[in-house]
Amino acid sequence: MAAAPSPTRRPATDHVGWLQDNLPKLVLAPSFAAILVCVYGFILFTLWLSFTNAKLLPTDFDRYVGLANYVALFEHRNWRISLTNLAIFAPLYMILCTIIGLGLAILLDQKIRIEGVLRPIYLYPMALSFIVTGVAWKWFLDPGIGLEAVVRSWGWEAFEFRWIKNNDMAIYTIVIAAVWQSSGFVMAMFLAGLRGIDNEILKAAQIDGASNWHLYTRIIIPLMRPAFLSAFVVLAHLAIKTYDLVIAMTGGGPGRATYIPAIAMYDFTFTRQSMGIGASSAIIMLCMIAAVIVPYLYSELRQGRQQ
Amino acid sequence: MSAAPSQNVAIRTGRVTRAVIYTLLILAAAYYLLPFYIMLVNSLKPLAEIQQGRMMALPLEWTLDPWRSAWSTAQIGVSPTGLRPYFMNSFLMVVPAVVISTALGALNGYVLTKWRFRGDGYVFGLMLFACFIPFQIAVIPMAAVLGWLGLSGTIAGLVLVHAVYGLGFTTLFFRNFYAAFPTELVRSAMVDGAGFFRIFTRILLPLSTPIIIVTVIWQFTNVWNDFLFGASFSDFDSFPMTVALNNLVNSSTGVKEYNVHFAGAILAALPTLIVYIVSGRYFVRGLMAGAVKG
Repeated sequence: MAAAPSPTRRPATDHVGWLQDNLPKLVLAPSFAAILVCVYGFILFTLWLSFTNAKLLPTDFDRYVGLANYVALFEHRNWRISLTNLAIFAPLYMILCTIIGLGLAILLDQKIRIEGVLRPIYLYPMALSFIVTGVAWKWFLDPGIGLEAVVRSWGWEAFEFRWIKNNDMAIYTIVIAAVWQSSGFVMAMFLAGLRGIDNEILKAAQIDGASNWHLYTRIIIPLMRPAFLSAFVVLAHLAIKTYDLVIAMTGGGPGRATYIPAIAMYDFTFTRQSMGIGASSAIIMLCMIAAVIVPYLYSELRQGRQQ
Repeated sequence: MSAAPSQNVAIRTGRVTRAVIYTLLILAAAYYLLPFYIMLVNSLKPLAEIQQGRMMALPLEWTLDPWRSAWSTAQIGVSPTGLRPYFMNSFLMVVPAVVISTALGALNGYVLTKWRFRGDGYVFGLMLFACFIPFQIAVIPMAAVLGWLGLSGTIAGLVLVHAVYGLGFTTLFFRNFYAAFPTELVRSAMVDGAGFFRIFTRILLPLSTPIIIVTVIWQFTNVWNDFLFGASFSDFDSFPMTVALNNLVNSSTGVKEYNVHFAGAILAALPTLIVYIVSGRYFVRGLMAGAVKG
């Protein structure tokens, strides 16, 4: 990195000169301050709130209760259900998006003549709001009017598909909709990775007699480690944050079948008026995301400095 | 990321393999198009046809009534206003939020790459982490701050929230873009006596069109599609489109008007979809810049 130009032409006692010298920092300051307050300040505030017996805003939090909220949170049935559901949803969502994304990217990388038509089709779901996606899938999977009713009207009277109404299967309908929304984006990430691979390496391997299968499994996919890492980070943090999609599709139901941490947090805070517990659940969510993001950002920024 | 595809010259495929590949790709396209097809055809048919299990079929009787209803007469919450006022709310929220966060992001990126100072890496790192935090962490204190500022339940409050939480990404985009911008140009302009803002407006800004487009699309999509902040900080008067749509679909009593729901969903999707169709190539490139390069 080239050293920054430092314009120090005026004496430091000169006010105009001081302003000139510090102008860049002054320009950056409002944004940085806003982020310090609204990200880090708010994290600290929520952390503090999670140690108090706050019930409702604005100012009824006064008593320090230690870890009581965290204990109450993890003993609460709803929170445990939400974690169990997340443990089903997140890995499935991430694995399916990766498989579909990588598969489509590899297929699309075979000099496909209609790539220009296909790529935007795979990608457009990403432009949609999760609420829109939720509405579309909610009614498409609804047994009364959607897939089940349609197949039955085609003559297969015994056909049954009512996962969205089923306590054990509803969480998988969320996976279906979420994968639909995100897999095209993962495809784009992998496609960018594939296009970044040096053709000379592949040609050399081919001269040595490597089959297509070996080219992919031994050379191309191992070379795409950065794309896998990025996809993992993006998908993991999207999975933990998932909220609107579930709200639109099932509202957390039937029963608590699709209840997830983001909904639990909102419920504790605004519906059940246990703001302390709500804050503690938000802190847990932050820790989950930080566990994924911080090592990634750290290594990325360090790499950037070494270059 | 290279926009011009440099395909794998080395991979050769036979005719049968290619037929299989094309079939798979077209099936995948059908899968991605299916929900939109369903929304579209069912927004154009009378409710009775949907209830008869004809969701996949084209309308027997074509009608625009569901669209009219979704736009101007459907029941949202307590009042039969349709989605129109909320559509306007979303625009009033999105435009200022996007302009503010993009402008600040551009200046931040400029400072962080061309006016580097001690510790700028840490400043950037701290701003970058803001892209990923779960917003649940900010909901409670932000509600208090908005109340304190007298902005609870207002569109101005939502603008503020989105402008602030957009800064991480906008700064990231511009920083990555300006990092590749020749510093020599900036330095020689400085030798010629050009100041901080002059260099920015005369030298960097005229060449920033691609990254401005990327950032605007990204921010527009994110702010328009947001639900959590809208649901947490708005009142009936200031609901953004996503909250109003969810309200329409999930709290309607009596007969569920699926056709109206689908029309409403398309209305909510239309602005981002149009932006995406018009400039999708930039959209993808921007995501790559943000996601892969970190």
